[in-house]
Amino acid sequence: MANFTRGFTGGARRGGDDRLPPGQYDTGATWPVLTAELTPTIDLDTWTMTVDGLVEKPTTWDWRGIHALPSSSYFGDIHCVTTWTKFDTTFAGVSVDALLEIAKPKPEATHVMATATTGYNTNLPLEDITDGKAWIVWEFDGKPLAPEHGGPVRLLVPHLYFWKSAKWITRIELMDHDEQGFWERNGYHDRGDPWLEQRYQGDA
Amino acid sequence: MTEAIASSWTTGTVREVERFGETYVRLRLEVADRHDHVPGQHYVVRLRAPDGYTAQRSYSLASDPADPLIELMVECLPRGEVSGFLHDVVEVGDELELRGPIGRWFVWGGEVPSLCVAGGSGVVPFISMLRYARRMGTASHLTIVASAQTRERLPYIEELEEFGAFIALTRENHRDRVAAHIYPDELAELSKGIERAYVCGSAGFVSFVGRSLGEAGVPSDIVRVEQFGATG
Repeated sequence: MANFTRGFTGGARRGGDDRLPPGQYDTGATWPVLTAELTPTIDLDTWTMTVDGLVEKPTTWDWRGIHALPSSSYFGDIHCVTTWTKFDTTFAGVSVDALLEIAKPKPEATHVMATATTGYNTNLPLEDITDGKAWIVWEFDGKPLAPEHGGPVRLLVPHLYFWKSAKWITRIELMDHDEQGFWERNGYHDRGDPWLEQRYQGDA
Repeated sequence: MTEAIASSWTTGTVREVERFGETYVRLRLEVADRHDHVPGQHYVVRLRAPDGYTAQRSYSLASDPADPLIELMVECLPRGEVSGFLHDVVEVGDELELRGPIGRWFVWGGEVPSLCVAGGSGVVPFISMLRYARRMGTASHLTIVASAQTRERLPYIEELEEFGAFIALTRENHRDRVAAHIYPDELAELSKGIERAYVCGSAGFVSFVGRSLGEAGVPSDIVRVEQFGATG
């Protein structure tokens, strides 16, 4: 076929912004909601966050306990595989590093499975959630994270496509191998780097 | 079920274009190196400008897997970069970059007794399921509920009526039914005997239907959801 689409020059959304990964557009002030399951109702009195699997000290925090950890926030962009990018977001919560410092990964741990209260899960290499690259967050722009955006608590891994940032997170299990999560089994890429456009299985 | 992985881009040649007012455009395309899809799956359409700039969006398939062409029904969104182009510019004979079929969650293989609830253009994946069910003789396993503000905002309304879908218009009466959102009572009746529910529409619609299904006694773990935002 021709090497361009007849009649297409790019619409209002083309910005040429070098903060936009390939194939993404700036969604502006909106924040689209995309989930595979219904939004659950989560009771903060019974909610817990667990880090287990290949760790020295499997640990579970309740709502109060996780808030007692040193707080940490993220300011920057987020990228969804459905092609929207949202610039300059602010999330607050706790660094995943703080949880791992307590749970202490065993040397053989290489990957994790992050699981939500709904059963949704997603796999990540351990190195993608350590060294300041991932957070457990409960605030967006200074307000409690809304349920449809994963509130009260979600995983945040902003350097990967946003399906990796599991909403309604409740558990991170450390493993010595990779295992596909929900969207990865259903056709999406195992790692999901937006700058490499790793959208679907089969992408480099 | 077909294990089709959309590993590469291919070319679709537009064979039919039908525009429905300012709101919808139906495209039927012939796809090179096509993989069979499962009802509920989607394709990605990518537009490329002469300078290499690209824009891509996902669209659910409306066609039966046995259809020699694939069919997309695209809702034209305000200032929609891709949907606006497809609505205003595309003509028969044009070639588009395509990738698909994609998605293995929001799919129906024909066996599981299911309730499908759609808001507006959310009906598109259910049209693929409906056509497939009719051909396979499994229509009794599929109950479709479709909601929109008006007749005009509900694509495929005649096909849905013919199938016996439950239609809830919110701003005008539909036959004997007075204009109103879907009631939990209605969903309770329609969900008898189902083993799975699919809900497709805007985030607000999905949230509303999710609560109503809960009130109707449908357990949330049998509900599969697909939402779309105004991504243009």
